[in-house]
Amino acid sequence: MKKLLAAAAGAALMVAAAAGSASAADKLKACWVYVGPHNDGGYSEGHDKGRQLVDKELGDKVETSYVESVPEGPDAERVIERLARSGCKIIFTTSFGFMDQTIKVAAKYPDVKFEHATGFKTADNVTTYNARFYQGRYIIGQIAAKMSKTGTAGYIVSVPIPEVIMGINTFMLGAQSINPDFKVKIVWVNSWFDPGKEGDAAKALFDQGADIIVQHTDSPAPLQIAEERGLHGFGQAHDMSSFAPKAQLTAIEDNWGPYYVERVKAVLDGTWKSQQSWEGLKEKMLIMAPYLNMPDDVAAMAKDTEAKITADPLLPFRGKVLKQDGSDAGPIDDGVLLGMNWYVKGIDDKFPQ
Amino acid sequence: MEGLEGPLLTIITASTPLLLAALGELVTERSGVLNLGVEGMMAVGAVCGFAAANLTGMPMLGVLAAILGGMVIAFLFGLLTLGLVTNQVASGLALTLFGLGLSALIGDAFVGVPGPGMPKLYIPGLSDIPLVGRIFFAQDFMTYLAWALVIAVWYFIFRTRGGLVLRAVGDNHVSAHALGYKVIRVRFLAVLFGGACAGLAGGYLSLVYTPQWTPNMTAGRGWIALALVVFAAWLPGRLVVGALLFGAVSYLALYLQGIGVGIPSQFLSMLPYLTTIVVLVVISRNRTLLRINTPACLGQSFVPDR
Repeated sequence: MKKLLAAAAGAALMVAAAAGSASAADKLKACWVYVGPHNDGGYSEGHDKGRQLVDKELGDKVETSYVESVPEGPDAERVIERLARSGCKIIFTTSFGFMDQTIKVAAKYPDVKFEHATGFKTADNVTTYNARFYQGRYIIGQIAAKMSKTGTAGYIVSVPIPEVIMGINTFMLGAQSINPDFKVKIVWVNSWFDPGKEGDAAKALFDQGADIIVQHTDSPAPLQIAEERGLHGFGQAHDMSSFAPKAQLTAIEDNWGPYYVERVKAVLDGTWKSQQSWEGLKEKMLIMAPYLNMPDDVAAMAKDTEAKITADPLLPFRGKVLKQDGSDAGPIDDGVLLGMNWYVKGIDDKFPQ
Repeated sequence: MEGLEGPLLTIITASTPLLLAALGELVTERSGVLNLGVEGMMAVGAVCGFAAANLTGMPMLGVLAAILGGMVIAFLFGLLTLGLVTNQVASGLALTLFGLGLSALIGDAFVGVPGPGMPKLYIPGLSDIPLVGRIFFAQDFMTYLAWALVIAVWYFIFRTRGGLVLRAVGDNHVSAHALGYKVIRVRFLAVLFGGACAGLAGGYLSLVYTPQWTPNMTAGRGWIALALVVFAAWLPGRLVVGALLFGAVSYLALYLQGIGVGIPSQFLSMLPYLTTIVVLVVISRNRTLLRINTPACLGQSFVPDR
């Protein structure tokens, strides 16, 4: 009986597989690799929404699939390679830690296009793409400086990579443009996602006199704590106002969809080329959530800055930027930003080594 | 003293889920069953609690659902290891993976939905005492429950006949069986109690600690609870020390960073684990104490000869 069942199940699987490949044969396969669950309510979900937009707009010509919760590091190579072998024509690897693995697999599959998010290594068939998140950080820095009564913000961060450092620096530059004496207290939680720890970090920072919380981690826990204490904060990657309707001032939202549609289309048209895309408010790869819970003049200021950055992506760095020790950082361009490994003047914290 | 209130409140709430989960596992292990699935049971408890509270709008129903969710997963573990005599370590590990996956599946619709939250319970009069009042008498009700459970479990294990039977089964199942005690039944009950506590701990995370559901939100707390049980030498009192210590050092690690002491954050992140292990190992150095309290049949399967 057991054997019979197994045989029946096997046959059913084969039929299903055959049916799957038949319908897939004439469609372009686009695949995604996520570092978290597709519905993590944060970073990976942002990418998955982008994938869904591809489904919606190009569904008749493209078939999408994804692998979720792939750990960064050696294990990712196996996953990426499996996707490449299974007929994916374009593969988006959506986390910084997939960089070397993407490059490695790409060398073995020259006919497959690879797109790696937030990294800096490219090849003939590997493109990098990222959003200019720092633009949003500048705006929230200004809002924080206007809204804070204690003149101190708490900043919860994950791991010291240039992307994160850039965010802290731009936030501070924004705050200093309003209040030159603004202070920021930084706590590293060494994790992108741990609601409990992020919440505890927020409590520790509030206990020390911060009254605005900024996060570069993915869960809405810090905002919930702000809501509980009647203080304020900013959403990360998503509009998190449903978790903290009174606390969220705005959020820096990821918006990968239009980019994904454009790139998959390029593969369909045969116009895909390797490039380094770094898009921001102008291209709407990042958008600001509604400015809430703040006086009208602060909201007006934020909108004004948003419009200015849309016109000039490097606006936050147009003035003279000093490093923590007071030395001149010199002119700042994309290259300097992407390799940023120093704090700007005014941040008291020791730079993590 | 005013400044101490916030930190102390945070430490107590941070240690409550660990305490709850570890307490359940302690009872399970005292019966001789090693259930490594705490993390999985916690995750299922968290999602069941959140889902029930969200659908009904009643946090208390959420608490009940969390307990039941943990127990259902524990029941599965009991069926496998006690009924079908599978390997406990392997089954426990599988249970964790299964629980994490299942919870993500159940919780699919609840990601990004804010939870109803649990009101704090102010004990009239007592909660107005400065400092002590806010810390001891103005917690959410699950924190009180956790502390009451510690006392109840200690009393049960060391002061009742039932506790004696539980320990006998865990120490020597053959003798216990020969004396006529129903080894499998006792163990099954202990496993279910462990599941209920782990589920409750999960519910604490999704209902009180950070009222939200996200996959993997337990973030390894089940494993810490497991380790606490061993390092506390299966004694409820030491469990409290361990859980509070872990909570306190975790908070301190974050707090020190905020002040800006310049100690690498990776080292501070490691500190809670390090301190807890060192302290519990040191206080458990007494060999006799360990020999008396370690369940001798821990992890061993038992098949009654009929």
